[in-house]
Amino acid sequence: MSLVNSSAGGVLEPILERYSRNPHYLMQILRETQEHLDFIPQWAVGYLAEALALERTQVQAVIDFYAFFYDSPHGKYRILFSDNVTDRMQGNAALLSRMLSKFGLAQGQVSGDGLVSIDTTSCTGMCDQGPALLVNSYTVTRLSSQRIDQICELIKGQTPLKEWPAEFFRVEDNIRCKDVLLSTEMVNGQALKRAVELGPQGMLAEMKASNFRGRGGAGFTTGVKWEVCKNAPGEMRYVVCNADEGEPGTFKDRVLLSSFSDRIFEGMTIAGYVIGASKGLVYLRGEYRYMLEKLQATLEARRKTNLLGKDILGQKGFDFDIEIHMGAGAYVCGEETALIESLEGKPGRPRIRPPFPVTNGYLGKPTVVNNVETLAKATLIAQKGGTWYQSLGMKLSTGTKLLSVSGDCDRPGIYEYPFGVRIAQILEDCGARNAMAVQVGGAAGTCLARHEFGRKIAFEDISTSGSFMVFGNNRDMFEVARNFVHFFKHESCGFCTPCRAGTTLMCDLLDKIANGKGTDYEMNELSRLYQLLSTASHCGLGQSAGRPVNDTLQKFRPSYDRRLKQKDFVPAFDLDAALAPAREIMERDDIGAHLGTDL
Amino acid sequence: MLSLQETPERKLRVATVSLAGCFGCHMSFLDMDENLLDLFELVKFDRSPLTDIKHCGSCDIGFIEGGVCNSENVHVLREFRNNCRTLIAVGACAVNGGLPALRNQLDVREVLREVYFEQPGVVSSTIPNDIELPLLLDKARPINEVVRVDYFIPGCPPSGDAIFKFLTDFIYGRTPRLDYPLIRFD
Amino acid sequence: MNSENTFIIDGMPIPFEPDQTVLQAALKAGVFIPHLCFYPGLRPNGNCKLCTVIINGRHTSACTALARSGIEVENNTPVLDDKRRLLLQMLFVEGNHFCPSCEKSGNCQLQALAYDLEMMTPHFNHFFPSRKVDTSHPEAFLDLNRCVNCGLCVQASREVDKKNIFALSGRGRASHIVINTPSGKLGDSDFALSDKAASVCPVGAILPKRGSFAVPIGQRIYDKLPISSQTEFLMTRKT
Repeated sequence: MSLVNSSAGGVLEPILERYSRNPHYLMQILRETQEHLDFIPQWAVGYLAEALALERTQVQAVIDFYAFFYDSPHGKYRILFSDNVTDRMQGNAALLSRMLSKFGLAQGQVSGDGLVSIDTTSCTGMCDQGPALLVNSYTVTRLSSQRIDQICELIKGQTPLKEWPAEFFRVEDNIRCKDVLLSTEMVNGQALKRAVELGPQGMLAEMKASNFRGRGGAGFTTGVKWEVCKNAPGEMRYVVCNADEGEPGTFKDRVLLSSFSDRIFEGMTIAGYVIGASKGLVYLRGEYRYMLEKLQATLEARRKTNLLGKDILGQKGFDFDIEIHMGAGAYVCGEETALIESLEGKPGRPRIRPPFPVTNGYLGKPTVVNNVETLAKATLIAQKGGTWYQSLGMKLSTGTKLLSVSGDCDRPGIYEYPFGVRIAQILEDCGARNAMAVQVGGAAGTCLARHEFGRKIAFEDISTSGSFMVFGNNRDMFEVARNFVHFFKHESCGFCTPCRAGTTLMCDLLDKIANGKGTDYEMNELSRLYQLLSTASHCGLGQSAGRPVNDTLQKFRPSYDRRLKQKDFVPAFDLDAALAPAREIMERDDIGAHLGTDL
Repeated sequence: MLSLQETPERKLRVATVSLAGCFGCHMSFLDMDENLLDLFELVKFDRSPLTDIKHCGSCDIGFIEGGVCNSENVHVLREFRNNCRTLIAVGACAVNGGLPALRNQLDVREVLREVYFEQPGVVSSTIPNDIELPLLLDKARPINEVVRVDYFIPGCPPSGDAIFKFLTDFIYGRTPRLDYPLIRFD
Repeated sequence: MNSENTFIIDGMPIPFEPDQTVLQAALKAGVFIPHLCFYPGLRPNGNCKLCTVIINGRHTSACTALARSGIEVENNTPVLDDKRRLLLQMLFVEGNHFCPSCEKSGNCQLQALAYDLEMMTPHFNHFFPSRKVDTSHPEAFLDLNRCVNCGLCVQASREVDKKNIFALSGRGRASHIVINTPSGKLGDSDFALSDKAASVCPVGAILPKRGSFAVPIGQRIYDKLPISSQTEFLMTRKT
């Protein structure tokens, strides 16, 4: 026992020390533990609980909640195929089968020798260069049969990940269309200097003058959010950057984090300066693990040049530093209160609101939570002024919007447009010649059919967090909706009844229809569930979960209708298969031992 | 001539059956006491344990007690669905699987071994197996998971009063509705 | 009545005190709003969603919404009751709720709500989950087949008993209550029948051993009067 404990200490102690035995870093401690041990064994659960003065169940609850934590062995190589609808369109299913058969495994199974496990995961944000997979949380892009075969060989040879070809892990920015944010040069510190010249009130005034609205999707006016937080009572304040870019089809934050991280950190520092915070936290989604070291190096460089740390830019008392927290596979953490729970080292269940984070956020303190794009653009407003920014875009949607364009088009990638751009314009620019539908805003967004391509990207019309997935003429919109609803079921946190049970029920109905067992009855059930989920769910996840079905039912009804093969209700399950265990036990296979499908 | 009097033109044909149930709902039906006489003025029985008719003819109402736990239950339930205009699930087992569904967490093989080998007092060395015997389904299910069902009367069993109220409502063209004391799940 | 501290439910003025929620004020005034995860004296959870009402046009949980003067609340409407019935049906099919064999029958809040809202069938396909019964404790058993994930035992144990015996783990459909012992068994914890956590379960998931079926049918809490007529009991119950 003491031997186990001393070796346990050997692995865990340095990690615990690095995080000062602070239980709020539980997520980070678990991630690093798993990076060392390939999973989190029960002895580690006990050890960490004791070391962090947590209940054992608190540690276990975090492991159970996040998809990327394992409390049982899942192989030395843990493969997760990205399973967004865009990955599907790029043929990930065949590649997944190919890899499974190479190892003789079923999906989710761990190989007998403990070498490898293969499963699927939600969108990994590589829609412009998919299909993609994660191996031990590191992203591999542009999968092909050939690449899958190479990966299988590397795994069989137990080649360490560090020695895999760098090409596998190459992630392109694919910036296709630049507007003010992506084309304006910024010397590091330039925006911050301007903010300091303006002073906290002056900078806040610029933000308010810009009428800039948050780019995470909800569209709250950023200046007002900063002001409320600034004026909230309390000593400590926090700036949180929401880099949990989990909305299927979104990858613009990935590009900002890869190539414009100084702008993001500078935007956080400006926010900190304005509201009087000394600490900033970046919540980086687990799928972007590959960026961590580079982002940390950027932070280090900023500390060296006095753009972070004490007395920033020589301003006495302007102290601000930034930490990066990694998520571990939970879409719901994109919701700001769930994100804060996660930052505190807990399962990411959305809190009851009010109170809102601006008054009661991280550790109960006033907290500004802003999207990556929002913070990057704050630097632009500092550089060029609020009035200038306000003149761009539309009246209620000032400035520009980054769109992540993927799906059936020639040039997937990042497009920056002033608000007000029409869907048709984007389709033309990205080379989508036969678009039949566009899903704007991800799985939780809006499905637009061809007659709506004249509509505009703007808070006044089609608001979006940035996902723009194009579906060509030959695509099956029923299957698109089914993919999205399965995504929501996988990501439901389980807190509230409608979302926890309702997402499963919706999936079961869609699967039943897909299996040719549907009638009008199932269609009616889908509508009833949508009505309930959209109104009674606790957070946006459950409220949105039925939207893909509702939208496609309105606009692509025939793709459902042609699947309604039954005249009257039939069971969702296979009656004959339900007799199979008894047939085997009784060794019977006569006609009486089977059930047909006829009523 | 148009009449505003709702009087059934003829006696409604009712078929009843107990699938995976205990006949408790049928006992409850008989427990209607003198109401039975009133009911017999309105209905006439087709296939039912009360008549010993073996197969269901064309009926107005199918009264199903019990859930679906084996292949024979499926055949009988389908016969009822095919022949009855209105199908009523009566009692806990038909409505939600009831006590037979407690086995749903167990493997069928485990269940059979327990019943035919492990029970105290059971002296046997084999699980009865004959081509005449229906096979068990992997799970016992409520009837609405197998066929379309029109109405539900919960209870274990529902009281005779609940059944009488429900049937008379139905026969007189009122949407069947049970008052608070008549809705019971136990 | 002072209009400063009243609000409206279905056209009726309801008085409230500062910091009271819509649900608390309604129950106090004898107006029933269906609920499962709220228990007097414990912080509102807001997860069962049965108390969903419409406040000034927006769907909200009455248990977490603070009462404010002048707000208009829609509560007793066919559309809302239909939604609540769907929620009840979801709770019934996602667990294993077999009332005839449950010791809590007649005193169960889930069942009482189903009676009150005339839920004649669970309607949806049953999930029939596989969950173990924990009989390790000498005085009580834990049957998670009946658990509705309301979190009341977690809260009562943490906040009132200061024992922290229960916790919510898992995610989505796999969410479930766990026991805070290395074995995961209730018997290895310092749980006692006198704990608040032993008495707050709205269903039959945590029950005393040897005390079952003591009250005859006909005299149980919800045998005579519907739960909607027992607002005073709901607000004052302590055990």
